[in-house]
Amino acid sequence: MADVTQTGDEFIAPAEVEEVELYHARSFWTKYIFCQDAKVIAIQYSLTATAIGLVALVLSWLMRLQLGFPDFFDFIDAADYYQYITVHGMVMVIYLLTALFLGGFGNYLIPLMVGARDMVFPYVNMLSYWVYLLAVLVLVASFFVPGGPTGAGWTLYPPQAILSGTPGQEAGIVLMLVSLILFIIGFTMGGLNYVVTVLQARTRGMTLMRLPLTVWGIFVATILALLAFPALFVGSVMMLFDRLLGTSFFMPSILEFGELLEYGGGSPILFQHLFWFFGHPEVYIVALPAFGIVSDLLSVHARKNIFGYRMMVWAIVAIGGLSFVVWAHHMYVSGMNPYFGYFFATTTLIIAVPTALKVYNWVLTLWRGDIHLTIPMLFALAFIITFLNGGITGLFLGNVVVDVPLSDTMFVVAHFHMVMGVAPILVVFGAIYHWYPKMTGRLLNNAMGQFHFWVTFLGAYLIYFPMHYLGFLGVPRRYFEIGETAFIPDSAADLNAFITVAALIVGFAQIVFLFNLAWSLRRGKEAGPNPWNATTLEWQTAETPPGHGNFGPKLPIVYRWAYAYSVPGADKDFIPQNEPPAGQGGRAQPAAAE
Amino acid sequence: MIVAVVIMLVAVGSVVFHVMSPWWSTPLASNWGFIDTTIDITFWITGTVFVAVILFMAFCLWRFHHKEGRKAIHDPENPKLEWWLTGLTAVGVVALLTPGLFVWSQYVNVPDEATDVEVVGQQWMWSFRIPGADGVLGKSEVSLIDFDNPFGLDPNDPDGQDDVLIDAFEDLHLPIGKPVRVLLRSLDVLHDFYVPQFRAKMDLVPGMVTFFWFTPTRPGTFEILCAELCGVGHHDMRGLVVVENDDDYGAWLEEQLTFAQVQAAARARTDGDVKLAMDGDEQGLTRLTNLD
Repeated sequence: MADVTQTGDEFIAPAEVEEVELYHARSFWTKYIFCQDAKVIAIQYSLTATAIGLVALVLSWLMRLQLGFPDFFDFIDAADYYQYITVHGMVMVIYLLTALFLGGFGNYLIPLMVGARDMVFPYVNMLSYWVYLLAVLVLVASFFVPGGPTGAGWTLYPPQAILSGTPGQEAGIVLMLVSLILFIIGFTMGGLNYVVTVLQARTRGMTLMRLPLTVWGIFVATILALLAFPALFVGSVMMLFDRLLGTSFFMPSILEFGELLEYGGGSPILFQHLFWFFGHPEVYIVALPAFGIVSDLLSVHARKNIFGYRMMVWAIVAIGGLSFVVWAHHMYVSGMNPYFGYFFATTTLIIAVPTALKVYNWVLTLWRGDIHLTIPMLFALAFIITFLNGGITGLFLGNVVVDVPLSDTMFVVAHFHMVMGVAPILVVFGAIYHWYPKMTGRLLNNAMGQFHFWVTFLGAYLIYFPMHYLGFLGVPRRYFEIGETAFIPDSAADLNAFITVAALIVGFAQIVFLFNLAWSLRRGKEAGPNPWNATTLEWQTAETPPGHGNFGPKLPIVYRWAYAYSVPGADKDFIPQNEPPAGQGGRAQPAAAE
Repeated sequence: MIVAVVIMLVAVGSVVFHVMSPWWSTPLASNWGFIDTTIDITFWITGTVFVAVILFMAFCLWRFHHKEGRKAIHDPENPKLEWWLTGLTAVGVVALLTPGLFVWSQYVNVPDEATDVEVVGQQWMWSFRIPGADGVLGKSEVSLIDFDNPFGLDPNDPDGQDDVLIDAFEDLHLPIGKPVRVLLRSLDVLHDFYVPQFRAKMDLVPGMVTFFWFTPTRPGTFEILCAELCGVGHHDMRGLVVVENDDDYGAWLEEQLTFAQVQAAARARTDGDVKLAMDGDEQGLTRLTNLD
């Protein structure tokens, strides 16, 4: 095992491969539109994901208006409501979070952080974005077809998804499935790039155990996605066949409003297995990049190495592996063989061990640090709280028998929003405040950042923490209105109204953030190349923002891990990864960790 | 400092909210008290970790926030501490999982003395079937469903003749204190039979029969909700279960029609229709009305 703290007296192998000439764009068209530079592709991905994410945000307002003030908004009927929840969920999970973490942060950060000039297949990388954009457009198109988008819930469970009792049965579900298929094709092109770049294009001296955790998180998440998305792909293709060609992959012999259909012999539960074989790793596809990024934010802004780097790497790998054997914990009450419950409850709770270890190591990184409460740091701290909260409610739902009363209630909604909505999005914000200076050369405005942080964090906590208790009460999820229900007290309606008001406030606070992004582009404080005094390679580029090819004439050589903060005997509180050691033995050696 | 205080307040506030919350599980009406106990155990263990981690964080922020001259320690790893924390977490996980799996084994093993009740779901209503004196439900098939046979029972299966049919929009009655095995069948899409006071629930899946069991322990009328998205009327798919003593239950059961009775009535009605069509007289109409 490599000595994680070594400061660089080791032999660095010479480059084995000559540098490859990059494609140099000359026209505006090839430089900014059909561009092969991963940094531009990253921004294209991020802007598209944010745009469709804003649609999802507005949909969430509409559904909250209905839940908080039922009977008040005549323009929302039950079909509309089910369409809102479906498109909101699908967009947030796939078209926003997956695209932003992997297509956005992955593209921007992987080549810069591993010391590569670009992704290894720039042309395929470009295609990845354009297919993703097409997928988004197909999804948006479903708003404009007869019947509107599908209202089958983001899980798209058949037979309901393709029968006429569900809104969007005519064209919406077809476009949804086509859009998913396109997304997966586009993602695969990008995903292969991220994995091969990490494995093959690291600069000299950048061993795997010197990679920043951000890269580890994105790398392992991409591997998960490459293995998990095919299950959704085949599920989507089969359902498309069931809907259009009359096959019966997921369709048993059933009625549609009293009429016997010509389907027969298929299994609805088969689709659930395929969906969750993708769906559970998907949680970690979103979470692992967030884990990685937050580790780096904490380390940089606490001026201290991440605590237990190797354990953090292995925890990411272990969580990634385990995430493939827990999927049926989404199906405890689905009617599958109940004996599966023993296995999936056990694997699910085992995954809590490496996950808890990550939380411990994050807070231990703060211990005896030099904590700068910058905006990225605040978001990282808020992530720990919300992720801890959401992880803990996961222990309720994972423990099969506890899931029985809580499944399909608002408890589940609160849980997954806290753990894979709020927590990763807080990391997205922290990451944007952290890397915006590298992408633009200017810092985001601090006062607007403070406002944005406090409203978003406390507001989101006030939305989702009390919501769990509606679930204990027994309020089911995906209800257009709860109606007259004896066991639900009137105070539950008050709580729903409160949550709606909080959701609107948090939503509008995002306008301040968007304004800050635009305003700081011109008016923000000049950041210089390395405003946070960080060690990783993206902060050591010749230009800020980095030009095409990232690193100027010579690629950096890496001498140490990414966490050389506050090293005893060093004259600064950080040593960049590419700073050559000051002569043999010229620097005091810190105690080795072994 | 403000950050440390706010973070501490998040932990304290969450605990206070939990204690004060007027929103909590409905009073239990089944044998599944163990499920509630498991939830309580989970709350204690996870709540302790939640508060401990956040307070530790708040302490670090208060004690180690940046000021002039502060320098962080260089502390790459501490395998001993990390293994201790891993071990303690593993103990916590075992403490959660053990009662969980213990109760689950009760949930999946139906007691021998349990009697069957069939719940049939379709968009967007519940109907029910109770085996007659023979205690066995007759065979059913979606393709046999028609106006006169809404449950799709096989008319040639002797087991089905005495099955008691409770039509959609009628209440299901159950005797108190007797374990029930609920057999679930859907005619169209997924549904989920959910009575919050019973704690137990299970999906209805077209093409197969699913099950769960419980013992009603408290008399009363309880609402049935659908807990699996089943289309645009999902939130309106309601029903009622009435739990009552044996006498009341027996009296109610007496009034219900069996499959054989329903079939006979349907045949008679068909004859009546034929007669009606032939002479169109008042008598035929009267006869038809009397049947219902």
